[in-house]
Amino acid sequence: MVNIKINGKAFQVPENTTILEAASANNINIPHLCYLKEINEIGACRVCVVEVEGLEKLVSSCNTKVQEGMSVLTNSPKVRQARKINVELILSQHNARCAECVRSQNCELQSVANDLNVSNPKYHENIPEFNWNTKFPLIRNDEKCIKCMRCVQVCDNIQCMHVWDVAKTGSKTTVACSAGKDITETNCTVCGQCITHCPVGALIARDDTQKVLDALADPDKITIASVAPAVRTSWGEQLGLTHEEATSERLVSALREVGFNYVFDTDFSADLTIMEEASEFVDKLTKFLSGDKSIKFPMFTSCCPGWVRFIKTEFPDLVPQLSSAKSPQQMFGAIIKTWYAQILGVEPEKIYHVSFMPCTAKKYECDVSVMNSSGARDVDVVLTVRELDRLIRSEGIDVSKLPEGVFDAPLGTASGAGHIFGTTGGVMEAALRTAYNFVTGKNPDPDAFKDVRGYDGWKEATFEIAGNKLKIAVANGLGNIRKLCEAIQSGKVDYHFVECMACPTGCAGGGGQPIEAGKELGADRGRILLALDQKSNLRFSHENPSIKQCYAEYLGKPLGEKSHHLLHTDQSKWELWR
Amino acid sequence: MSRLSITNTTHAQETVESLHRDLERRVISSPPGSCPLDLASSFLKVCAAQTCGKCVPCRIGLPQLEKLIDDVTENRADMSTIDLIEKTAQTICDSADCAIGYEAANMVLKGVRGFRDEYVEHVKNHHCTFGGFKAVPCVTLCPAHVDIPGYIALVNAGKFADAVRLIRKDNPFPSVCAMVCEHPCENKCRRGIVDDAINIRGLKLYAIDHSGHVPVYKENQPKPEQTGKRVAIIGGGPSGISAAYYLALMGHSVEIFEQRKQLGGMLRYGIPSYRLPREVLDEEINTLLTAGDIKVHKEISIGGENYPLAKLKSEFDAVYIAIGAHTDKSLRIEGEKSEGVMSAVTLLRRIGDNDFPDFTGKKVVVVGGGNVAMDCARSSLRLNAEKVTLAYRRRKEDMTALAEEVEATEVEGCEILELAAPLKVEVGSDGKAKALWVQQQMISNIKAGRPAPKNATAEPIRIEADIIVVAIGQGIESKNFENSGVAVKWGCIEALDSEELANMPGIFAGGDCVSGPATVIRAIAAGKVAAANIDEYLGYHHPIELPVEIPEPVLHNRPACGRVKMRERPIDQRIHDFKLVEKGMSEEEMQQESNRCLRCDYYGFGKFREGREFKW
Repeated sequence: MVNIKINGKAFQVPENTTILEAASANNINIPHLCYLKEINEIGACRVCVVEVEGLEKLVSSCNTKVQEGMSVLTNSPKVRQARKINVELILSQHNARCAECVRSQNCELQSVANDLNVSNPKYHENIPEFNWNTKFPLIRNDEKCIKCMRCVQVCDNIQCMHVWDVAKTGSKTTVACSAGKDITETNCTVCGQCITHCPVGALIARDDTQKVLDALADPDKITIASVAPAVRTSWGEQLGLTHEEATSERLVSALREVGFNYVFDTDFSADLTIMEEASEFVDKLTKFLSGDKSIKFPMFTSCCPGWVRFIKTEFPDLVPQLSSAKSPQQMFGAIIKTWYAQILGVEPEKIYHVSFMPCTAKKYECDVSVMNSSGARDVDVVLTVRELDRLIRSEGIDVSKLPEGVFDAPLGTASGAGHIFGTTGGVMEAALRTAYNFVTGKNPDPDAFKDVRGYDGWKEATFEIAGNKLKIAVANGLGNIRKLCEAIQSGKVDYHFVECMACPTGCAGGGGQPIEAGKELGADRGRILLALDQKSNLRFSHENPSIKQCYAEYLGKPLGEKSHHLLHTDQSKWELWR
Repeated sequence: MSRLSITNTTHAQETVESLHRDLERRVISSPPGSCPLDLASSFLKVCAAQTCGKCVPCRIGLPQLEKLIDDVTENRADMSTIDLIEKTAQTICDSADCAIGYEAANMVLKGVRGFRDEYVEHVKNHHCTFGGFKAVPCVTLCPAHVDIPGYIALVNAGKFADAVRLIRKDNPFPSVCAMVCEHPCENKCRRGIVDDAINIRGLKLYAIDHSGHVPVYKENQPKPEQTGKRVAIIGGGPSGISAAYYLALMGHSVEIFEQRKQLGGMLRYGIPSYRLPREVLDEEINTLLTAGDIKVHKEISIGGENYPLAKLKSEFDAVYIAIGAHTDKSLRIEGEKSEGVMSAVTLLRRIGDNDFPDFTGKKVVVVGGGNVAMDCARSSLRLNAEKVTLAYRRRKEDMTALAEEVEATEVEGCEILELAAPLKVEVGSDGKAKALWVQQQMISNIKAGRPAPKNATAEPIRIEADIIVVAIGQGIESKNFENSGVAVKWGCIEALDSEELANMPGIFAGGDCVSGPATVIRAIAAGKVAAANIDEYLGYHHPIELPVEIPEPVLHNRPACGRVKMRERPIDQRIHDFKLVEKGMSEEEMQQESNRCLRCDYYGFGKFREGREFKW
């Protein structure tokens, strides 16, 4: 422990803590802006500066460690002036028309400026130009960038994609796509982690809410909403709801209020994905065990489009090992516009399908040209949770007063296995539960595969099914996934089945999730999904009655001809941008 | 009113003068990697502030040029803007009334012609290829990219052995470089913005003086796994040994083929021991040879008929040619072949093998102005010469030798004769040299960035000389290699940037034999590059990793403070022996000097991109 004084008061704090952390642990808040714990501690904004007795110059508290006997002033006149002027300088290069910004009221610059009582601008405004291809799902607005470098750090160190880089020099230093590329030319996976770590509105997902409003206003359209697993964990965060209040049932009511004709659960098609993917895995395993050496392991899950984009550019040799199963979103689209259109007795073109996702890459996925196996576009538009919240707010709906509703049938019924798709390990666990049944004809203990749960970046487990030892790996976060793929390619590790999710902690920490300054909420949200699974009466995808009905009435059997046509894809044919 | 009055400097004028000096230091310390267009525009702002305001091209043209360049950097320009910049600059150059205008425009002209691609890249792609590269200046400027802030921090913390280990990650010769490195790292040291560059070499000298023997491997550190691959290295100088060291660390078997009796190359046969004591050199080389499976063959020449290059290549998996630059260059004047005339290479090679000629009572003239000339002049004094004169075509300030070397040569008692071009050697009837006749020169126009001399209308001068040492540069023994099919241009071996020979896969070349005579640290860097690329060529990727932890910066004030200079032995003592001249810093000097370091690996851009290369 180290003895220090902050603003005259004595404290004991652990060694190697920064001044900022030491102060915060003792309820002294030092305003800060560019700092993001363990990701960005570079002292760029100079908002967190403090005075250290004996030093002439102020030091940045985010990256200066405490020392024995150190005496710190966090609010001296020198500090107050520097902090405020530095925020005013940042504002001189920031488009501060906050009323028009999606991050208003959730903006770290706005908060710090308000807290510091900044008003009456003194400096010449010098705002860079907004110049971007706004058709791309991920948008960077230079008018708002404060050059905190968090996006560069997240993309470099967490996702290891190096899409962003520092560009230009001197006072023109800014952030841009590396090597001067256009975003469409980079290997950006559209994971959206840079968006959720941006302190301001400089990085945003393309807003598609108007498309939805137009469809809702069109009397000729039947509007269908589907809600992804991880959406139910987070949609109420920015609407003032507690987790207990923000149930998927209340969300159903909200979406009905917005005007959707039908509200379905993407977790249904997560179960459908498991039927196909588990069958595919069992099929491969059976062929392999009977001596077919053309089968290559591991088989990779394919439901995360960020991961699919990643493998296509970074490990193209491994693409054939992706499961050919479409993601739940795309399966849902295909089923809605075929089977469900048939049930409704309408042409698929009449249906407008909106997919609510915790994800930005899903906006890319639904645009892939081969995603039209129903004859129409499978999914019409994808909205992130942030767009969902804006949609609800723009309708003036007070969600806290809404009663809970029920998903429409039959595509609103899902198992616990479907729910856990939204957290790392969930797809694998769900698949193994069903694969076990397909191989042995019996159900395992639903928690038999719990070893794949947890938030480590790269997890391994071995399970036995009918005497066969299966080596499993689960990775989340592209940095971890890269290490895993390298190890597979160099022969250092070998597995039968691997689940990859591009975002740290999986979809619960997705790039389309609500943003809360300085907090990583993925693990907490993931635990909500695991709890839903525990509470569910249905723990196995293959026991979902709607799934049974779907196969009985329409699809036939997993990997059958219809399934093959509607529910499977060749990812090598996915263009990265068109 | 008095008719005339003395002009006194006001406080404001004094302040302005000091600001000019601040700016001068700042320009010198300009960080590498800044956008050249951005700099051009800011220089123009200074130039426009200097204009007297009379003539149109300067008063109006310079600010317009600044705006046009800003249009380019701020993405408002098209290709025609570049043409307009060039035409405007040319016009100011042609028509401004005085140098304030035409020289300012000339800077822009040089730029728009010298890095036109950069202008085009800005216009077409809104991108600066210089951008984003904001490295630590000293590390960037060191050819071997040694982690300088890291080892300064270690020296500051008293961890001298760790400092040596850290240096060896990028440069196997910390001791040699502590004594003889040209320290390009100091040229743009950010501390120069405050007061003066850090004495980096001095701090390295402190580290090696206090580290004790630092073995290549720590106790219990596992040795590398042997790959079974064999690499031949031709030349046991700094470049060859550096490559051998890293290749051995990577687990390859290395054999060094050295032409002379001992290893070291120019470190032994070019640099006298009063700058680099033999025991220091020997200890360093012997330590490096323990890095792994390294065999040394001495007194063997490769490339000729006795041992053709093709034969060597057939016996090894890869070859590195690092033969240095060891041949003489002649003056091509009358009498040069007479007794008493010798080349610098000959003199220094004899000294290198401890075969000291006796110059007692002799008058020595050294021809040249580089570091080698200084070494010859100072060595001649130590060989007991009666008088040593150094004759040079240009002026002292034009010499390529380090300023401190020139100064030491002079204070030790050598006379420097500037603007003296050798004309002929006067030979006595006994066939021995008697004098060197020189043609007086006058300094003239600047050519290729250096003031060139031309013959002055004056009578030649006679300098009495028993010994004439010709130190006007070295050549490369590349003939045999050229005959073996190696590409050679202007005497230098041609290699790719990877150092591989374009037409001979598996054969690499680097150091002086590729670059022409250069510096120790460049030769070492070439050895490092060769090792990395040979490792890849052999199908491996063995990383060389950061071996130690770097201390975080110490929090303290950094008031402006003078740079600690190295001390030297008294002149009257040192000119009689070949013992080390330089003396290291004291502990308190080391503390003060290492505290001056601004830790660019941590502050500024450093902290953002980890501030260092953890492995290569």
